[in-house]
Amino acid sequence: MSKFLTGLAKGMATTARTMVTHAPTQQYPHVQPDLPDRSRGVIALLEENCTSCMLCARECPDWCIYIDSHKETVPPGPEGGRARQHNMLDRFAIDFSLCMYCGICIEVCPFDALFWSPEFEYADGDIRNLLHEKEKLGEWMRTVPPPEPIDPGAATGSDAVAPGEAAG
Amino acid sequence: MNEYVEIVIRSVCVLAAFLVLPLVVGQTEHKVMAHMQGRLGPMEAGRFHGWAQLIADGVKFAQKEDVVPLAADKRVFRVAPALGIVSYLLALAVIPFGPDFFGANVPGGLVWLLAVSGIGTLGTLMAGWSSGNKYSLLGGMRTAAQLVSYELPLILVCASFAIAAGSLSMVGIAQAWNPWWLIWQLPGAIVFLVAATAELQRPPFDMPVADSELVMGPYTEYTGLRFALFLLAEYAGIVVMSFLLAALWLGAWAGPFPHSLGWLWMLIKGGIFAFVIIWIRVAWPRLREDQLQRVAWLGLVPIALLQLAITAVGVVVTSQ
Repeated sequence: MSKFLTGLAKGMATTARTMVTHAPTQQYPHVQPDLPDRSRGVIALLEENCTSCMLCARECPDWCIYIDSHKETVPPGPEGGRARQHNMLDRFAIDFSLCMYCGICIEVCPFDALFWSPEFEYADGDIRNLLHEKEKLGEWMRTVPPPEPIDPGAATGSDAVAPGEAAG
Repeated sequence: MNEYVEIVIRSVCVLAAFLVLPLVVGQTEHKVMAHMQGRLGPMEAGRFHGWAQLIADGVKFAQKEDVVPLAADKRVFRVAPALGIVSYLLALAVIPFGPDFFGANVPGGLVWLLAVSGIGTLGTLMAGWSSGNKYSLLGGMRTAAQLVSYELPLILVCASFAIAAGSLSMVGIAQAWNPWWLIWQLPGAIVFLVAATAELQRPPFDMPVADSELVMGPYTEYTGLRFALFLLAEYAGIVVMSFLLAALWLGAWAGPFPHSLGWLWMLIKGGIFAFVIIWIRVAWPRLREDQLQRVAWLGLVPIALLQLAITAVGVVVTSQ
């Protein structure tokens, strides 16, 4: 019986305490949310860096990246040189209705063409409108923040050591 | 002629209080419950902290189709919501807000109040019976069981207050009040608060409407304005019960300047009880049906009888 009564009193006390403390709610459309560092909002594309190597599209677990490209031949510069070929990106699209925000594409990109952006306000009434082409992905580059400084005390792996030092 | 004008003015005042106070309590419940759960509650309607949320809800309810199920006992089904709301309106009329500030001063005001507020519960029972739905029927039966078991302690403690005051008139009871009642009638007040919460089918005594198992019980089949009337009746019930307890136990208008500020003290006292009723809804889990009956018969009825005995002894001793 006494346990029952203390339980009731505890319930009253807890609710009263919660009532007088400030609610953690953020009034989103009126107040922009205070997002943590490295927030994963959307994936932005820096088109100049992309070589159409397809690594991202192949690593993507749910196959939501679409890449089309063609090869262009660059005529030889000096006389007697040979003509070179390079990839021209025709289409780069990410279907955000499939994307699960794992970030593997960004990790795997060898040329730093993909970046996390904290931008998240691209919800849409129609699922088909979530397939964003490279123009839109490029616009999001403006929202990509500068890289965060490395946390104090972060582990320094072998990659962090200069090649000369590692030998010695 | 003058008498009729007075009757009209008093009626209009009661009606205005009846339309405003339940909404205030409802809005308070929205906000208080939200903050107790670490939320903000309504914030958009009416701009300033969502003050117009219940008005918006009312507009929404009014737009909905009024559906009467095919299997329902149609006339009873239609009348049931009105019964609840009208009974609390009639009850509010006899609650005094000042020495001369009341809807009506009936000699047997307390009896009248208990009688009509019991009818309100009957509306829920009618709704449950007439809906033609098993969940509603179960809810209706639970309402009936609850009415039977909690009306008894409620009436017993009201009798205690009446004996202490030597009057059945609400104004008479408030006039007879003195500060000793705070201790003398304390067990009765607690029993009253618990029994009133149960009578209103408010959590933790909301077995009849338990939305997680009976999908709102007697209200399952109701839509639109009729459903809104049930909700309004619940909040009107909170108002009536809170102010009734304030009038019985805290002496209604008792306080500084009772003739000019009496209504304010009454509003504050009633508001405190309404807040407590909201608070225990948030803090405590729902009782099981058998626990509910156990609380009434093994807990409240003995305390109420004891209170009645204490009151009787007190009255006899002090009157000699």
